[in-house]
Amino acid sequence: MVAKTYAWRKWSVLPGFGLAMGYTLLYLSLIVLIPLAGTFLKAATLTWPDFWETITSARALASYRLTFGASFVAAGVNGIFGLIVAWVLVRYKFPGRRLVDALVDLPFALPTAVAGIALTTIYSPNGWVGKLVEPWGIKIAFTPLGITLALVFIGLPFVVRTVQPVLEDLEPEVEQVAASLGANRWQTFWRVIVPTLLPSVLTGFALSFARAVGEYGSVIFIAGNMPMKTEITPLLIIIKLEQYDYAGATALAVAMLVVSFGMLLFINLLQWWGTRRHVS
Amino acid sequence: MKIEVQNVTKRFGGFTALDNVNLEVQSGELLALLGPSGCGKTTLLRILSGLEFADSGQVLFDGEDATSQSVRARRVGFVFQHYALFRHMTVFENIAFGLRVRRTGRPSRVGIRSRVEELLKLVRLESLAQRYPAQLSGGQRQRVALARALAVEPRVLLLDEPFGALDAKVRQELRRWLRRLHDEVQITSVFVTHDQEEALEVADRVVVMNRGRVEQIGPPDQVYHHPATPFVCDFLGNVNLFECEIKNGRAFVGGVPFDLAESPPESTRTALVYVRPHQLDVLHDPVGPNNLPATIKLINPAGPQVKLELTTDWGQIIHADLSQERYRSLQLQPATRVFLATKEMKVFHAA
Amino acid sequence: MKNQQQGRIARSIAERATTEPRWIRWGLIGVALAFLAVFVVLPLAVVFVAALQKGLYTYWESISDPMALAAIKLTFIAAGIAVPLNMVFGVAASWAIAKFDFPGKQVLTTLIDLPFSVSPVVSGLIFVLIFGLQGWFGPWLNDHDIKIIFAVPGIVLATIFVTFPFVARELIPLMQAQGTEEEEAALTLGAGGWQTFRRVTLPNIKWGLLYGVILCNARAMGEFGAVSVVSGHIRGLTNTMPLHIEILYNEYHSAAAFAVASLLALLALVTLALKSIVEWRVKQQLRGGRHTLVEEPTT
Repeated sequence: MVAKTYAWRKWSVLPGFGLAMGYTLLYLSLIVLIPLAGTFLKAATLTWPDFWETITSARALASYRLTFGASFVAAGVNGIFGLIVAWVLVRYKFPGRRLVDALVDLPFALPTAVAGIALTTIYSPNGWVGKLVEPWGIKIAFTPLGITLALVFIGLPFVVRTVQPVLEDLEPEVEQVAASLGANRWQTFWRVIVPTLLPSVLTGFALSFARAVGEYGSVIFIAGNMPMKTEITPLLIIIKLEQYDYAGATALAVAMLVVSFGMLLFINLLQWWGTRRHVS
Repeated sequence: MKIEVQNVTKRFGGFTALDNVNLEVQSGELLALLGPSGCGKTTLLRILSGLEFADSGQVLFDGEDATSQSVRARRVGFVFQHYALFRHMTVFENIAFGLRVRRTGRPSRVGIRSRVEELLKLVRLESLAQRYPAQLSGGQRQRVALARALAVEPRVLLLDEPFGALDAKVRQELRRWLRRLHDEVQITSVFVTHDQEEALEVADRVVVMNRGRVEQIGPPDQVYHHPATPFVCDFLGNVNLFECEIKNGRAFVGGVPFDLAESPPESTRTALVYVRPHQLDVLHDPVGPNNLPATIKLINPAGPQVKLELTTDWGQIIHADLSQERYRSLQLQPATRVFLATKEMKVFHAA
Repeated sequence: MKNQQQGRIARSIAERATTEPRWIRWGLIGVALAFLAVFVVLPLAVVFVAALQKGLYTYWESISDPMALAAIKLTFIAAGIAVPLNMVFGVAASWAIAKFDFPGKQVLTTLIDLPFSVSPVVSGLIFVLIFGLQGWFGPWLNDHDIKIIFAVPGIVLATIFVTFPFVARELIPLMQAQGTEEEEAALTLGAGGWQTFRRVTLPNIKWGLLYGVILCNARAMGEFGAVSVVSGHIRGLTNTMPLHIEILYNEYHSAAAFAVASLLALLALVTLALKSIVEWRVKQQLRGGRHTLVEEPTT
């Protein structure tokens, strides 16, 4: 009997691949790929010098400094406090722990506009917190500090939710072994626990940062929106749109998209690094 | 139903899982696919079921080409190693599933109910019909999986390491139960295992596989007592292998001549010979020229037989099994020098 | 008696080795709670306090104002279209990704994650570029008198874009963790594709699906940046609730703004509550069902 060879391959024996994949690709094309392509094509209508000038204008640069700077600081704050919150939620028992755990997700669930006006109200000079710090001459609302605090709110869940599962998976045996080998609590923490948590903390930081960079609704009210001082990049894009400077708006959008893709890639790499080190 | 596998090859990327495999499953027999991990036995089983497709070759069911048939069309019953029970359905619903999803020839509710009850009685789980899989032990889940596969009256039953995830004692009980079940139901069955004891105890015929190839096919006592290759010999039960010279029909192991149980071909000069641990006898003093000296290293007296580990003068480790009485009569101590004798040494053709 | 004592001592030594001294523990708890109180509880509280600061009558007036009602209606329409569509997408995408092996899977999952890393303003902009007057399809749409940007369809599109990952991201890991064996078993028993999906897969993922839908809905109703760009802010016509809140706030109708905002805040709280319940169910399903082993059975 001559052996027959099969030219076709089946991806798997389960049915429905064609249908599922087809619908997925169609949807993605319509909703994501085509609009994105349009954006890049529109940006391409600008000459390179024009493009470059738009994205490096003094006003744009000031907005980058503000947007990225505030996002970085906010992500850093979230990195530290998010780790503490995750630790406390996973390791300790205290009354109301479940409630606190659920509340951590509030910045996810609360619409950004609502957060925006709430934060502005709190931090403006006659708001609850604004009133407290005014005697010391500290202004929060309508300054970069206010923007940063708003971004802390927005990014809060990211670090906590990324670190929590890793902490939960941490086997107590590992720490017991360290202790049996003579390490005190601080050493165990630094040498054993922190390296395991590091990829997830960094991932949470990166996610928080990426979210903060693009944030609009929560920041727009507290920002003050003064050009060169308290103007965030997304606002600059909107202003250009309102002035019908589509090309300029697109140029800035493309710059932001490039950063977004970069962040996405970086986050994926971090997560891959994390799974490589984290043996479950 | 008879199954024929002809020249089946399967590759996963650069790895060849099956290399030109040929075998026949007789109608009504219980066939074991035996081999170490990675030998291709599960791949072969899945190709028989239609859950995988061969790169080349053919699979025939009762003479008809089933190679490109879908899983559904083949009407095979498959029992997964980890049971794959539908976790959100009760035992009853699991077993009834195959009957309920039938498009043509679907039995009535009453019909389905009676069939499921019949099967529950067959696998002796009548009282657990309303339980969920998470509430069952491993052995119980496996029996449900079996009942579920049998419910649709498949042409052949395929089992993938059915007892692999169970405790040793449960494994033993269930394998005997499977044999009895097969005798009762009389359905062509193929099961995959890496446990040679299981294969030898349960199957009508055993297919020993290694690295994608079939090493030997035959009834259990044939593959055990007349292994065709060194791999089969070593895989089925423990064995002591020696390289030696053949002169005048005798094997010279470490200079000691041994009579061979079967005469080797005329022209053999060097060969691999083997003898199983329980075929060796231990003596304090040699009674003839064909006794091999060795030193006892370890004695393990716990168990149905006493297991000895000895070293030859050239450093090879030998295993010998003695009955409890023989051991007691010899009064052996570790680190003593003894002599080994056997009448059962067999040879492979070519070293 | 002595054994008990020894046991207790041994346990406390083990504990001391793997837990922090009490003062550190309570110190950390205090820091965490203070942080959350300032950054989470405070904003939530102020929404409700400010909403009621001018009394219940003003509160009621603000949310029953015709413009507010139109905004609420539009919010529900946008979510009502976006969420089901995204649900179907989520199921299709996770079926393809979790149950099959094909090259480019990583690219696909990255594409699905895209809206999470793109600024909402940019998300809205890309639709303006395609469908706006100056966009690709602009002239064609104008000729056929179809309005997408500055009209409801544009808002729906922007909402779809921003929220489509939620269901998929929830289902993909869940379905991957559940594996393909149950579906394969169903096939060997004679079930067809749709039968397998309906009877075997769907019950196993129903809680994960619900979870994704809840999150998707919360985001859809609350989306601001993207919708702001495509809507044109036409009062009564193209304002969703968040946009309406913005307008009220910028016109110094602070109490009214917070009144409408409180509705969304309530929605957020309901979302959190549902989320917690469903999360617990998902964990159970992964473990293998509501009904777990209670007694020790024999073989």
